[in-house]
Amino acid sequence: MPKTIVEKILSKSSGEDLKAGDYAFADIDLAMANDITAPLAVQGFQKIADKVWDPDKIFIPLDHQAPADSINAAENHKMLRKFAEKQGITIYDVGEGVCHQLMLENHVKPGQLVIGADSHTCTYGAVGAFATGVGSTDMAAAFATGKLWFKVPETIKVNLTGKLPKNTSAKDIILNLCGKIGADGALYKAIEFTGPTTKQLTIPSRATITNMAIEMGGKTAIMEPDKKTKQYTGTKPPEWLKSDPDANYIQEIEIDVSNLEPQIAAPHQVDNVHNITKLEGTKIDQVFIGSCTNGRFEDLEAAANIIKGREFSKDVRVIVVPASRAVYREAEEKGVLKTLFDAGAVIEGPCCGPCMGGSFGLLAGGEVGLATSNRNFRGREGSPDAEVYLGSPEVAAESAVQGVIAKPIGDS
Amino acid sequence: MSRVWKFGDDISTDAIIPGRYLTMNKPEELAEYVFESERSEFASEVEEGDIIVAGENFGCGSSREHAPLAIKGSGVDIVIAKSFARIFYRNSINLGLMVVVSSEADKIEDGDEIEIQGDKIVNKTKNESYGIEKAPSFIENIVQNDGLLNYVKKEML
Repeated sequence: MPKTIVEKILSKSSGEDLKAGDYAFADIDLAMANDITAPLAVQGFQKIADKVWDPDKIFIPLDHQAPADSINAAENHKMLRKFAEKQGITIYDVGEGVCHQLMLENHVKPGQLVIGADSHTCTYGAVGAFATGVGSTDMAAAFATGKLWFKVPETIKVNLTGKLPKNTSAKDIILNLCGKIGADGALYKAIEFTGPTTKQLTIPSRATITNMAIEMGGKTAIMEPDKKTKQYTGTKPPEWLKSDPDANYIQEIEIDVSNLEPQIAAPHQVDNVHNITKLEGTKIDQVFIGSCTNGRFEDLEAAANIIKGREFSKDVRVIVVPASRAVYREAEEKGVLKTLFDAGAVIEGPCCGPCMGGSFGLLAGGEVGLATSNRNFRGREGSPDAEVYLGSPEVAAESAVQGVIAKPIGDS
Repeated sequence: MSRVWKFGDDISTDAIIPGRYLTMNKPEELAEYVFESERSEFASEVEEGDIIVAGENFGCGSSREHAPLAIKGSGVDIVIAKSFARIFYRNSINLGLMVVVSSEADKIEDGDEIEIQGDKIVNKTKNESYGIEKAPSFIENIVQNDGLLNYVKKEML
């Protein structure tokens, strides 16, 4: 029977011949929980078991409220360090980076089945893994057994063609798709990105795209691995890791990126997407460049290239958060952080930052933010009366210079 | 009989419980802030046994289990919607918050008195009844075992 890439991975991990719609328990290759979701997972795990199934396959990054912004957060971190030490689990402590970036940089390989107690776990499809977000109780069960139940999703195929115009990037592709199919357009489904444009994209750019599958309700997103995947992960992708030509898709979408304008998601829905032309001139108070969507080196570099020789508007606060220590180091060594700092940015240590509205960078009532992150739900980044727009690093940098939402004119 | 709190489409986990409250892990603590930005009167006025009714894609966004926990902590133990976001749906089943899919959820209004009788929703205010989508047997098996952890303990450990 012809199969999609996700049917193949779940079949292999469960040892059963599965197709979309089937349910099965499957073996997990890697499991990740962060400082927000791990405390509940640990509580659940302790109700049913004493020893985790395999400490080498479980990772706990402290990234959402890092450094601890309250005594409660500090107590959660302390408890997780103790749990990890007792179980022999790797903990990525405060300052190491955002969970998804750390998993991509260090652990995830093509063809794996990965779960993360964070909705943006779908990011790892950038290297050809089946990766999906779960809750803390699912994670507790996986901690104990190394297995979890899955419904095999139907797949939406998105065929990307054409070459991205100057000053547009992966974020514009994925925002455009969110606008096209809506916040529930991929509910319970996988999204497979294919076509010549995907081959042109770097792995970090692919991760920007797969990261936001959840914003359409998707269970996961995936791209067939290639030479770039092999180079990034240091692993040769397995031969079987591609959809069969006659595999069954529930929907097929064509996007020619050649004429794509910079895209903006307007408050308060990720699918409220417009060409930037419609929103140019909207006054902003804060810009956030970072997150598991757009906090990688190429994102910071793109922003720096836009502002070279210019300064951020005095009326705009700019917060830059590299997604990991490796990103931070590269951005520092190549002068990118200096460019951003000199233009007026606050550079914070690697963490999730303002994206989840937890530890810093909250907006006051009536304020307007522009972020490179993945969600702009009401109340997420501070006051319910604040407004958040989403855009690419290029748009974020240009808008920070002009003090209003603006089309990039710099040289990215 | 239960009073209905009616919500629209795409109610996100941030609308249910914003990120700044996620260091709390107890349902009753979280419940003090549930729907704070969406409907500020909810936390103080909701009563034990009230029911939430919503449109499409309820619980979209984060994987945080604090969202179903906060709803449970408020005394609501049933959410009816036209559709649920995937992770929220799983989390609710795992925690024992009853999630009911009904394509007729639109017909229920804020303040209606409703109850679930077997495989249908009965609206006492309007004297109507609506169908419920039956959950797959794989999921019912987990629910009947009183949640995922009990199932795993009994069947897999």
